[in-house]
Amino acid sequence: MTELNPFVLFTASIFTSNMILANFLGMCSFIAVSKDIKTSLGLGQAVTFVLTFTTVINYFLYKYVLIPMNLEYLRYIVFIISIAAFVQLVEMIVERHLPVLHHALGIFLPLITVNCAILGVSLFMVIRRYSFIQSLAFGFGSGVGWTMAIVALAGLKKRLNESRVPKGLRGGGITLIITGLMALGFMGFSGMVQIS
Amino acid sequence: MAKLKARDVFIMGIWKENPVVVQVLGICSALAVTNRMSNAFVMGVGLIFVTAFSELTVSLLRRYTPKHIRMMVQVLIISAFVIIVDIYLKAYLPTVSKALGPYVGLIITNCIIMGRCEVFAQKNRPVISFLDGIFNGIGYTAVLLIVAFARELLGFGTLFGIPVMGSGWTNWVIMIMPPGAFFMLALVVWGVNTLRDRREISESAEEAKAR
Repeated sequence: MTELNPFVLFTASIFTSNMILANFLGMCSFIAVSKDIKTSLGLGQAVTFVLTFTTVINYFLYKYVLIPMNLEYLRYIVFIISIAAFVQLVEMIVERHLPVLHHALGIFLPLITVNCAILGVSLFMVIRRYSFIQSLAFGFGSGVGWTMAIVALAGLKKRLNESRVPKGLRGGGITLIITGLMALGFMGFSGMVQIS
Repeated sequence: MAKLKARDVFIMGIWKENPVVVQVLGICSALAVTNRMSNAFVMGVGLIFVTAFSELTVSLLRRYTPKHIRMMVQVLIISAFVIIVDIYLKAYLPTVSKALGPYVGLIITNCIIMGRCEVFAQKNRPVISFLDGIFNGIGYTAVLLIVAFARELLGFGTLFGIPVMGSGWTNWVIMIMPPGAFFMLALVVWGVNTLRDRREISESAEEAKAR
Protein backbone atom coordinates (compact mmCIF):
# COMPACT_ATOMS: atom_id res chain seq x y z
CA MET A 1 0.00 0.00 0.00
CA THR A 2 3.00 2.28 0.27
CA GLU A 3 2.88 3.41 -3.36
CA LEU A 4 -0.58 5.03 -3.16
CA ASN A 5 -0.61 8.60 -4.38
CA PRO A 6 -1.48 10.94 -1.46
CA PHE A 7 -4.10 12.73 -3.53
CA VAL A 8 -5.78 9.44 -4.40
CA LEU A 9 -5.68 8.52 -0.73
CA PHE A 10 -7.26 11.85 0.17
CA THR A 11 -10.14 11.34 -2.27
CA ALA A 12 -10.58 7.73 -1.28
CA SER A 13 -10.80 8.54 2.41
CA ILE A 14 -13.61 10.99 1.67
CA PHE A 15 -15.68 8.85 -0.67
CA THR A 16 -14.90 5.15 -0.86
CA SER A 17 -13.46 4.59 2.61
CA ASN A 18 -15.48 7.19 4.44
CA MET A 19 -14.78 6.93 8.17
CA ILE A 20 -18.44 6.63 9.10
CA LEU A 21 -20.04 4.93 6.14
CA ALA A 22 -17.39 2.32 5.45
CA ASN A 23 -15.34 2.00 8.64
CA PHE A 24 -18.03 2.79 11.22
CA LEU A 25 -15.79 5.09 13.23
CA GLY A 26 -16.95 8.01 15.34
CA MET A 27 -20.52 6.76 15.40
CA CYS A 28 -21.38 7.92 18.93
CA SER A 29 -21.08 11.63 18.29
CA PHE A 30 -22.31 11.11 14.74
CA ILE A 31 -25.63 9.89 16.07
CA ALA A 32 -25.85 12.05 19.18
CA VAL A 33 -24.80 15.45 17.84
CA SER A 34 -26.36 15.48 14.37
CA LYS A 35 -29.45 17.43 15.36
CA ASP A 36 -28.73 20.64 13.49
CA ILE A 37 -26.54 21.55 10.58
CA LYS A 38 -24.61 24.37 12.21
CA THR A 39 -23.46 22.41 15.25
CA SER A 40 -22.62 19.43 13.07
CA LEU A 41 -20.48 21.60 10.84
CA GLY A 42 -18.70 23.07 13.87
CA LEU A 43 -18.03 19.65 15.29
CA GLY A 44 -16.91 18.40 11.90
CA GLN A 45 -14.39 21.21 11.59
CA ALA A 46 -13.05 20.56 15.06
CA VAL A 47 -12.74 16.85 14.31
CA THR A 48 -10.97 17.54 11.01
CA PHE A 49 -8.50 19.87 12.70
CA VAL A 50 -7.71 17.54 15.58
CA LEU A 51 -7.63 14.50 13.30
CA THR A 52 -5.10 16.04 10.92
CA PHE A 53 -2.75 17.18 13.63
CA THR A 54 -2.93 14.14 15.88
CA THR A 55 -2.29 11.88 12.91
CA VAL A 56 0.90 13.81 12.18
CA ILE A 57 1.96 13.87 15.83
CA ASN A 58 1.29 10.17 16.23
CA TYR A 59 3.18 9.44 13.04
CA PHE A 60 6.30 11.05 14.47
CA LEU A 61 5.80 9.49 17.89
CA TYR A 62 5.45 6.05 16.35
CA LYS A 63 8.30 6.33 13.90
CA TYR A 64 10.89 8.12 16.03
CA VAL A 65 10.04 7.06 19.57
CA LEU A 66 8.20 3.76 19.64
CA ILE A 67 9.89 1.86 16.83
CA PRO A 68 13.50 2.67 17.85
CA MET A 69 12.70 1.66 21.42
CA ASN A 70 10.85 -1.51 20.40
CA LEU A 71 7.75 -0.39 22.23
CA GLU A 72 5.19 -0.76 19.44
CA TYR A 73 2.76 -2.56 21.70
CA LEU A 74 2.45 0.57 23.83
CA ARG A 75 0.99 2.48 20.91
CA TYR A 76 -2.55 2.49 22.29
CA ILE A 77 -1.52 4.27 25.46
CA VAL A 78 0.84 6.65 23.70
CA PHE A 79 -1.68 7.55 20.99
CA ILE A 80 -4.55 8.17 23.37
CA ILE A 81 -2.38 10.33 25.62
CA SER A 82 -1.12 12.40 22.73
CA ILE A 83 -4.70 12.85 21.47
CA ALA A 84 -5.96 13.84 24.91
CA ALA A 85 -3.08 16.25 25.43
CA PHE A 86 -3.57 17.81 22.01
CA VAL A 87 -7.30 18.29 22.55
CA GLN A 88 -6.61 19.87 25.92
CA LEU A 89 -4.08 22.22 24.35
CA VAL A 90 -6.45 23.22 21.56
CA GLU A 91 -9.18 23.84 24.08
CA MET A 92 -6.97 26.16 26.12
CA ILE A 93 -5.85 28.10 23.07
CA VAL A 94 -9.35 28.41 21.67
CA GLU A 95 -10.75 29.48 25.03
CA ARG A 96 -8.12 32.16 25.36
CA HIS A 97 -8.02 33.57 21.85
CA LEU A 98 -11.29 32.62 20.16
CA PRO A 99 -13.98 32.82 22.84
CA VAL A 100 -16.78 32.89 20.25
CA LEU A 101 -15.70 29.61 18.73
CA HIS A 102 -15.17 28.15 22.18
CA HIS A 103 -18.72 29.01 23.13
CA ALA A 104 -20.06 27.48 19.93
CA LEU A 105 -18.19 24.21 20.36
CA GLY A 106 -18.81 23.98 24.09
CA ILE A 107 -18.77 20.45 25.40
CA PHE A 108 -17.94 18.90 22.03
CA LEU A 109 -14.29 19.82 22.07
CA PRO A 110 -13.25 17.68 25.05
CA LEU A 111 -15.49 14.90 23.77
CA ILE A 112 -13.37 14.64 20.65
CA THR A 113 -10.83 12.78 22.76
CA VAL A 114 -13.10 9.76 22.88
CA ASN A 115 -14.18 9.99 19.25
CA CYS A 116 -12.98 6.69 17.89
CA ALA A 117 -12.40 8.11 14.41
CA ILE A 118 -9.35 9.97 15.74
CA LEU A 119 -7.70 6.98 17.36
CA GLY A 120 -8.88 4.82 14.46
CA VAL A 121 -7.10 6.89 11.83
CA SER A 122 -3.85 6.71 13.80
CA LEU A 123 -4.19 2.94 14.10
CA PHE A 124 -5.02 2.50 10.41
CA MET A 125 -1.98 4.59 9.59
CA VAL A 126 0.22 2.23 11.57
CA ILE A 127 -1.35 -0.96 10.26
CA ARG A 128 -1.20 0.15 6.62
CA ARG A 129 2.32 1.58 6.96
CA TYR A 130 1.64 5.00 5.47
CA SER A 131 4.43 7.47 4.81
CA PHE A 132 4.32 10.96 6.28
CA ILE A 133 2.59 12.63 3.32
CA GLN A 134 0.16 9.74 3.01
CA SER A 135 -0.72 9.97 6.70
CA LEU A 136 -1.34 13.67 6.35
CA ALA A 137 -3.60 13.16 3.33
CA PHE A 138 -5.39 10.28 4.99
CA GLY A 139 -5.97 12.17 8.25
CA PHE A 140 -7.23 15.30 6.53
CA GLY A 141 -9.38 13.39 4.06
CA SER A 142 -10.94 11.30 6.81
CA GLY A 143 -11.85 14.46 8.68
CA VAL A 144 -13.45 15.99 5.59
CA GLY A 145 -15.35 12.77 4.92
CA TRP A 146 -16.56 12.62 8.50
CA THR A 147 -17.75 16.24 8.35
CA MET A 148 -19.56 15.62 5.09
CA ALA A 149 -21.38 12.61 6.47
CA ILE A 150 -22.48 14.29 9.71
CA VAL A 151 -23.69 17.45 7.94
CA ALA A 152 -25.62 15.37 5.44
CA LEU A 153 -27.21 13.39 8.25
CA ALA A 154 -28.14 16.57 10.14
CA GLY A 155 -29.87 17.86 7.01
CA LEU A 156 -31.77 14.62 6.56
CA LYS A 157 -32.78 14.50 10.21
CA LYS A 158 -34.33 17.95 9.97
CA ARG A 159 -36.82 16.64 7.44
CA LEU A 160 -37.52 13.71 9.68
CA ASN A 161 -39.13 15.87 12.35
CA GLU A 162 -42.17 16.21 10.16
CA SER A 163 -42.52 12.57 9.21
CA ARG A 164 -44.32 9.83 11.07
CA VAL A 165 -41.78 7.29 12.20
CA PRO A 166 -42.89 4.07 13.96
CA LYS A 167 -42.49 4.52 17.71
CA GLY A 168 -39.85 1.85 18.28
CA LEU A 169 -37.70 3.21 15.48
CA ARG A 170 -37.50 6.79 16.73
CA GLY A 171 -34.08 8.02 17.81
CA GLY A 172 -31.31 5.53 17.24
CA GLY A 173 -33.17 3.15 14.96
CA ILE A 174 -34.18 5.55 12.22
CA THR A 175 -30.78 7.24 12.32
CA LEU A 176 -29.15 3.89 11.67
CA ILE A 177 -31.46 3.22 8.74
CA ILE A 178 -30.75 6.62 7.21
CA THR A 179 -27.04 6.06 7.66
CA GLY A 180 -27.41 2.67 6.01
CA LEU A 181 -29.07 4.30 3.02
CA MET A 182 -26.28 6.88 2.87
CA ALA A 183 -23.74 4.07 2.99
CA LEU A 184 -25.60 2.41 0.14
CA GLY A 185 -25.37 5.64 -1.85
CA PHE A 186 -21.67 5.99 -1.14
CA MET A 187 -21.09 2.47 -2.35
CA GLY A 188 -21.69 3.93 -5.80
CA PHE A 189 -18.26 5.54 -5.52
CA SER A 190 -16.57 2.24 -4.90
CA GLY A 191 -15.52 1.78 -8.51
CA MET A 192 -13.08 4.67 -8.11
CA VAL A 193 -10.36 3.40 -5.84
CA GLN A 194 -10.32 1.04 -2.90
CA ILE A 195 -8.09 1.29 0.14
CA SER A 196 -8.21 -1.45 2.68
CA MET B 1 -26.83 5.57 47.28
CA ALA B 2 -28.86 2.47 48.07
CA LYS B 3 -26.98 -0.79 47.96
CA LEU B 4 -27.42 -2.46 44.61
CA LYS B 5 -28.05 -6.16 44.32
CA ALA B 6 -26.32 -8.33 41.77
CA ARG B 7 -29.69 -9.24 40.27
CA ASP B 8 -30.63 -5.62 39.59
CA VAL B 9 -27.26 -5.01 38.00
CA PHE B 10 -27.80 -8.07 35.84
CA ILE B 11 -31.21 -6.95 34.58
CA MET B 12 -30.02 -3.39 34.02
CA GLY B 13 -26.93 -4.37 32.06
CA ILE B 14 -28.55 -6.92 29.81
CA TRP B 15 -32.10 -5.72 29.30
CA LYS B 16 -33.24 -2.47 30.88
CA GLU B 17 -30.27 -0.31 29.99
CA ASN B 18 -28.59 -2.46 27.36
CA PRO B 19 -25.67 -0.30 26.27
CA VAL B 20 -26.06 -0.86 22.54
CA VAL B 21 -29.78 -1.01 21.96
CA VAL B 22 -31.13 1.44 24.51
CA GLN B 23 -28.34 3.96 24.76
CA VAL B 24 -26.90 3.47 21.24
CA LEU B 25 -23.37 3.58 22.66
CA GLY B 26 -20.23 1.85 21.48
CA ILE B 27 -21.77 0.84 18.20
CA CYS B 28 -18.70 1.48 16.04
CA SER B 29 -17.35 -1.96 16.77
CA ALA B 30 -20.84 -3.46 16.90
CA LEU B 31 -21.19 -2.53 13.24
CA ALA B 32 -17.68 -3.26 12.10
CA VAL B 33 -16.95 -6.71 13.46
CA THR B 34 -20.33 -8.36 12.95
CA ASN B 35 -19.79 -9.77 9.47
CA ARG B 36 -18.77 -13.09 11.02
CA MET B 37 -19.96 -14.73 14.23
CA SER B 38 -16.45 -15.73 15.31
CA ASN B 39 -15.20 -12.13 15.08
CA ALA B 40 -18.20 -10.86 17.00
CA PHE B 41 -17.70 -13.52 19.66
CA VAL B 42 -14.02 -12.76 20.20
CA MET B 43 -14.72 -9.03 20.26
CA GLY B 44 -17.48 -9.57 22.81
CA VAL B 45 -15.28 -11.66 25.10
CA GLY B 46 -12.52 -9.06 24.82
CA LEU B 47 -14.91 -6.30 25.73
CA ILE B 48 -16.33 -8.20 28.70
CA PHE B 49 -12.80 -8.73 30.00
CA VAL B 50 -11.79 -5.09 29.57
CA THR B 51 -15.02 -3.64 30.98
CA ALA B 52 -15.06 -5.90 34.01
CA PHE B 53 -11.44 -5.41 35.01
CA SER B 54 -11.41 -1.69 34.23
CA GLU B 55 -14.46 -1.18 36.40
CA LEU B 56 -12.88 -3.25 39.16
CA THR B 57 -9.67 -1.22 39.04
CA VAL B 58 -11.43 2.13 38.80
CA SER B 59 -13.61 1.19 41.73
CA LEU B 60 -10.63 0.06 43.82
CA LEU B 61 -8.83 3.33 43.13
CA ARG B 62 -11.88 5.56 43.39
CA ARG B 63 -10.95 7.03 46.79
CA TYR B 64 -7.39 7.81 45.74
CA THR B 65 -8.01 9.36 42.34
CA PRO B 66 -8.00 13.17 42.26
CA LYS B 67 -11.27 14.35 40.75
CA HIS B 68 -10.00 16.45 37.89
CA ILE B 69 -7.66 13.86 36.40
CA ARG B 70 -9.96 10.88 36.82
CA MET B 71 -10.80 10.68 33.12
CA MET B 72 -7.13 10.42 32.29
CA VAL B 73 -6.64 7.72 34.92
CA GLN B 74 -9.61 5.80 33.57
CA VAL B 75 -8.32 5.97 30.01
CA LEU B 76 -4.93 4.68 31.14
CA ILE B 77 -6.48 1.80 33.06
CA ILE B 78 -8.63 0.86 30.07
CA SER B 79 -5.67 1.07 27.68
CA ALA B 80 -3.64 -1.23 29.88
CA PHE B 81 -6.29 -3.95 29.73
CA VAL B 82 -6.79 -3.45 25.99
CA ILE B 83 -3.07 -4.01 25.47
CA ILE B 84 -3.38 -7.31 27.32
CA VAL B 85 -6.25 -8.39 25.05
CA ASP B 86 -4.36 -7.28 21.95
CA ILE B 87 -1.20 -9.15 22.84
CA TYR B 88 -3.17 -12.26 23.78
CA LEU B 89 -5.07 -12.26 20.49
CA LYS B 90 -1.90 -11.77 18.47
CA ALA B 91 -0.28 -14.71 20.20
CA TYR B 92 -3.12 -17.23 20.28
CA LEU B 93 -5.65 -16.19 17.61
CA PRO B 94 -3.61 -14.46 14.89
CA THR B 95 -6.25 -14.85 12.16
CA VAL B 96 -8.99 -13.28 14.25
CA SER B 97 -6.57 -10.59 15.39
CA LYS B 98 -5.91 -9.75 11.76
CA ALA B 99 -9.61 -9.70 10.87
CA LEU B 100 -10.41 -7.38 13.76
CA GLY B 101 -7.62 -5.03 12.72
CA PRO B 102 -7.67 -1.71 14.56
CA TYR B 103 -10.98 -2.44 16.24
CA VAL B 104 -9.33 -4.19 19.19
CA GLY B 105 -7.44 -1.00 19.95
CA LEU B 106 -10.61 0.96 19.53
CA ILE B 107 -12.07 -0.77 22.59
CA ILE B 108 -10.30 2.08 24.42
CA THR B 109 -12.64 4.65 22.93
CA ASN B 110 -15.70 2.46 23.28
CA CYS B 111 -18.10 4.73 25.12
CA ILE B 112 -19.65 1.83 27.03
CA ILE B 113 -16.51 1.29 29.10
CA MET B 114 -15.82 4.95 29.79
CA GLY B 115 -19.49 5.46 30.56
CA ARG B 116 -19.73 2.57 33.01
CA CYS B 117 -16.47 3.54 34.74
CA GLU B 118 -17.69 7.10 35.14
CA VAL B 119 -21.31 6.37 36.04
CA PHE B 120 -21.02 3.16 38.02
CA ALA B 121 -17.52 2.21 39.15
CA GLN B 122 -16.73 5.70 40.41
CA LYS B 123 -19.55 5.39 42.96
CA ASN B 124 -19.81 1.71 43.84
CA ARG B 125 -17.90 -1.05 45.58
CA PRO B 126 -15.36 -3.13 43.63
CA VAL B 127 -17.22 -6.45 43.50
CA ILE B 128 -20.50 -5.04 42.28
CA SER B 129 -18.61 -2.87 39.77
CA PHE B 130 -16.89 -5.95 38.44
CA LEU B 131 -20.28 -7.65 38.00
CA ASP B 132 -21.70 -4.55 36.35
CA GLY B 133 -18.83 -4.68 33.87
CA ILE B 134 -19.48 -8.33 33.11
CA PHE B 135 -23.23 -7.88 32.62
CA ASN B 136 -22.89 -4.78 30.47
CA GLY B 137 -20.33 -6.64 28.42
CA ILE B 138 -22.70 -9.56 28.03
CA GLY B 139 -25.48 -7.20 26.99
CA TYR B 140 -23.19 -5.80 24.32
CA THR B 141 -22.03 -9.23 23.19
CA ALA B 142 -25.60 -10.51 22.92
CA VAL B 143 -26.53 -7.75 20.49
CA LEU B 144 -23.33 -8.32 18.53
CA LEU B 145 -24.07 -12.02 18.20
CA ILE B 146 -27.65 -11.42 17.04
CA VAL B 147 -26.49 -8.99 14.36
CA ALA B 148 -23.59 -11.23 13.36
CA PHE B 149 -25.89 -14.28 13.16
CA ALA B 150 -28.14 -12.62 10.60
CA ARG B 151 -25.29 -11.05 8.64
CA GLU B 152 -23.16 -14.17 8.38
CA LEU B 153 -26.13 -16.43 7.67
CA LEU B 154 -27.50 -14.28 4.87
CA GLY B 155 -24.23 -12.84 3.61
CA PHE B 156 -22.02 -15.94 3.53
CA GLY B 157 -24.52 -18.76 4.12
CA THR B 158 -22.40 -19.95 7.04
CA LEU B 159 -22.39 -19.84 10.85
CA PHE B 160 -19.03 -19.72 12.63
CA GLY B 161 -17.57 -20.56 9.21
CA ILE B 162 -19.63 -23.76 8.77
CA PRO B 163 -21.90 -23.79 5.69
CA VAL B 164 -25.51 -24.27 6.74
CA MET B 165 -27.65 -22.94 3.92
CA GLY B 166 -27.07 -25.71 1.37
CA SER B 167 -25.77 -25.40 -2.18
CA GLY B 168 -28.83 -23.65 -3.61
CA TRP B 169 -28.28 -20.58 -1.46
CA THR B 170 -27.36 -17.26 -3.07
CA ASN B 171 -25.35 -14.98 -0.79
CA TRP B 172 -26.85 -11.60 -0.02
CA VAL B 173 -23.71 -9.58 -0.59
CA ILE B 174 -25.34 -6.47 0.84
CA MET B 175 -25.40 -8.05 4.29
CA ILE B 176 -21.62 -8.21 4.56
CA MET B 177 -21.22 -4.69 3.16
CA PRO B 178 -21.50 -1.65 5.47
CA PRO B 179 -25.18 -0.87 4.68
CA GLY B 180 -26.20 -4.35 5.81
CA ALA B 181 -24.65 -3.66 9.21
CA PHE B 182 -26.61 -0.45 9.62
CA PHE B 183 -29.91 -2.01 8.55
CA MET B 184 -29.46 -5.08 10.72
CA LEU B 185 -28.62 -3.10 13.85
CA ALA B 186 -31.54 -0.78 13.17
CA LEU B 187 -33.87 -3.77 12.99
CA VAL B 188 -32.57 -5.11 16.31
CA VAL B 189 -33.00 -1.70 17.94
CA TRP B 190 -36.51 -1.46 16.52
CA GLY B 191 -37.48 -4.92 17.73
CA VAL B 192 -36.16 -4.46 21.24
CA ASN B 193 -37.70 -1.02 21.65
CA THR B 194 -41.09 -2.27 20.48
CA LEU B 195 -40.92 -5.19 22.93
CA ARG B 196 -39.93 -2.87 25.74
CA ASP B 197 -42.77 -0.44 25.01
CA ARG B 198 -45.27 -3.26 24.97
CA ARG B 199 -43.99 -4.58 28.28
CA GLU B 200 -44.12 -1.14 29.88
CA ILE B 201 -47.71 -0.66 28.73
CA SER B 202 -48.76 -4.04 30.13
CA GLU B 203 -46.92 -3.34 33.40
CA SER B 204 -48.63 -0.02 33.90
CA ALA B 205 -51.98 -1.61 33.01
CA GLU B 206 -51.42 -4.24 35.71
CA GLU B 207 -50.56 -1.58 38.22
CA ALA B 208 -53.73 0.28 37.39
CA LYS B 209 -55.74 -2.91 37.84
CA ALA B 210 -54.15 -3.62 41.22
CA ARG B 211 -55.23 -0.24 42.36
